[in-house]
Amino acid sequence: MQFELLATAAKMALMLGIFILGVAPIMLWVERRMSAFMQDRPGPNRLGPLGLVQGVADAVKFMFKEDVTPAGADKPLYLMAPALALIPALSTYVVIPFGPDLTVSGKTVPLIVSTGGAGVLIFLALSSLGVYSLITAGYASNNKFSLLGGIRASAQLISYELALTVAVLAALIPAGSFYLPDVVSYQQKHVWMFIPQAIGFLVFLVAMFAETNRLPFDLPEAESELIAGFHTEYGAMRFATFFMGEYISMTALSMLAVTLYFGGWTLPWVHLTGWLGAIVGLTVLLGKVALFMLFYVWVRWTFPRFRYDQLMRLGWKVLLPLAILNLLLVAIATLAGWFPGVG
Amino acid sequence: MSLPHSVPVSWFLVLAALLFAIGVAGALTRRNGIGIFLSIELMLNAVNVELVGYSRLLGERTGQVMVLFVMAVAAAEAAVGLGLFIAVYRQRRTIDVNRLNLMRW
Amino acid sequence: METAIFLIFAALALGSAMVVVTHKSPVYATMSLVLTLFSTAVMFVLLGAPFIGALQVLVYAGAIVVLFLFVLMLLNISKEEHQQEGQTVHRWVALLGAGAFIGLVVPLIYRATQSRNAGALTEEFVSIREFARDLFGRYLLQFEIVGLLLLVAVVAATVVARKPPAAPSGVAGADSPISEVEP
Repeated sequence: MQFELLATAAKMALMLGIFILGVAPIMLWVERRMSAFMQDRPGPNRLGPLGLVQGVADAVKFMFKEDVTPAGADKPLYLMAPALALIPALSTYVVIPFGPDLTVSGKTVPLIVSTGGAGVLIFLALSSLGVYSLITAGYASNNKFSLLGGIRASAQLISYELALTVAVLAALIPAGSFYLPDVVSYQQKHVWMFIPQAIGFLVFLVAMFAETNRLPFDLPEAESELIAGFHTEYGAMRFATFFMGEYISMTALSMLAVTLYFGGWTLPWVHLTGWLGAIVGLTVLLGKVALFMLFYVWVRWTFPRFRYDQLMRLGWKVLLPLAILNLLLVAIATLAGWFPGVG
Repeated sequence: MSLPHSVPVSWFLVLAALLFAIGVAGALTRRNGIGIFLSIELMLNAVNVELVGYSRLLGERTGQVMVLFVMAVAAAEAAVGLGLFIAVYRQRRTIDVNRLNLMRW
Repeated sequence: METAIFLIFAALALGSAMVVVTHKSPVYATMSLVLTLFSTAVMFVLLGAPFIGALQVLVYAGAIVVLFLFVLMLLNISKEEHQQEGQTVHRWVALLGAGAFIGLVVPLIYRATQSRNAGALTEEFVSIREFARDLFGRYLLQFEIVGLLLLVAVVAATVVARKPPAAPSGVAGADSPISEVEP
C-alpha cells in the first residue's frame, strides 16, 4: 500500500510537471513562431535565441498587470471561473499510459496513474466539467457580450462532446475495454486504430478542435465577433489562466487521440521493457502529442472561422451521424471478424 | 485495484437517507421553480446512492443497472420540466411558484 | 484511508446539499448541486461501481446540470425574485417532516444493515463487461424502453419550449436573451 502510494505520487508528479511546466511556455513560443513562419514574418526574435525567452517576459508582464474586476460582477463565481477552466483539464492525464509496465524491486508498476477499469470514461467525464468555466465566466461578468459568448461556447462544447464520445466508443470496440493500456496493447499487436477507423478519427479530430474552442471553431472568443467572448472581462493573470487551461485541454485531448488512434507510447516494431522502455515510451508519446499540437497551430492559421449556425449544424447534422455510422460499421466489422484478434 | 471494505455499507445508506431528507425539505420550502427542481434532482441522486449501496450489500448488479435507468429518467424529466419552465416564463414572466396560481381554487 | 475519503466526501455532499436547498441565488444552488453530484460519484466508486460514478459526472453533472444553467441564464432569473424564501410555517413544517423522516428511517436502515458484511469486492463485480452483460442481456427490454422514453422526452421538450408559431407582439419581452436564441 505504501509502495503503491509512492509510485502513484511519483507518476502524478511527472505528468503534472510536464503539463504545468512544459505545455504553456512551449506552446506559446511554438504558436507565435509557427504562425509567424506561416505568415512570412519573423515573429518574436528579440528575447533570447530565437525568441525563446518571450514566454518568460509574457509571464512577468501578466503578473504585473493591474487586476481589474468589473463592477457588478458576481464575485465568487467570477473568481472561480478560471480555476474551473484549469482543474478539470489538469486532472485528465491520470488515465493516459505512458510506457510499458515497470518492475521495481519485485513489484509491477503500470505506467499509468489511475489503474481503474473505467479509464476513458473518467477522461470524458472530467473534460465535460470544463463547460462550467465558460458558463460561469460568461454569467458572472455582468456583460451582455460575455453572457452570449459563454452560452455559445458551452452550447458548442456540449454538442461536440457527443460526437467525440461516440467516436471514442467506436475506437474502443476492437480493444474491448475502457482501460487505455488495453487499447494500446491491441494497437501494438495489430494495427494503429486510425487506419481501420478513418471516419471515426476524422470525427474525433474535428470534435477535438471544437472542444477546445480552437479555430476554426473559436467563434465564442473571436475578437471580431464578441470582443473576447466569455473572457472579455478577465485581465492579466486570470486571462492567462484561461489561456493555460485551453492549452492544457488541447494537450490532454491530443494525448487521448494519440493513445486511441496512433498507438500511444508504442512504436511499430519496437518492444523495449524496463526503464529504457519507459523513457522511450514517454518520449514517443510526447513526440506524437507535439505533432498534434503543431497540427493545431497549423489549422488555426489556415482556415477561416465557422459562423455559429454553421458550427452547430456541423456538429449535430454532420458529425454526430458520421460518428454513429462509424460505430455501426465498427460493430458490424467486429461481429464479422474483420478486426484482427477480436473474438 | 484493491479496495478493502473498511467502510460499512450502512454508512452509505444513512448518507443517502440524509441527502433524501435534505432534498425533501428543499422541495417543500423553495419558492423558485428551479430551486424545487434542484431539490428533486437531489432526491433522485440520494436514491441512486441507496440503490448502489444495496447492490453492493447483496452482491447483485441489478441496483447499478437501475441507477442507469434512474439517471436516464432524470435527464428526460429535466428536459421536459425545463421546457415547461421556459414556456411558463414566456407567458407569466415569473417562475415563482407562489405566483403561478391560475389554477387555484 | 478509505474511511477518510468517505468522511471527507460525505461531509462535502451533505454540506453542498444544504447549500442547494437554502441558497437564495439559483445559480449558486446549481453549482452546489454539481459539487453534490461529484461527491456522490466518489461514493459510487467507493461502493464498487466506477462505471456509474464516471457516468454520473459525465451525464448528470456534465449535461443535465448544464441544461439547468442554460435555462437559468436564458431566462435571466435574478436574485431579487425571491427575497423571502417561503413563509415561516412552511419552513417549519418542512423541517419537521425531514426530521421525522430522518428519525424514523435512518435508525431503521442502520440497524437493518450494520450487521451485514458486504464481502470483498471482486474484480468480476466491478467490471464493466459484466455490467454490460446485465444491461444488454437481462434488462434489454427496459433499456429499449428507456431509449424510447428519452426520444419522447426530447420531442416533447422541443415542442413545449419553442416559440408559438404566431406570437403576439409584446409577450416575450425584449430584455431577455431568450428572444434571440430561438430556432
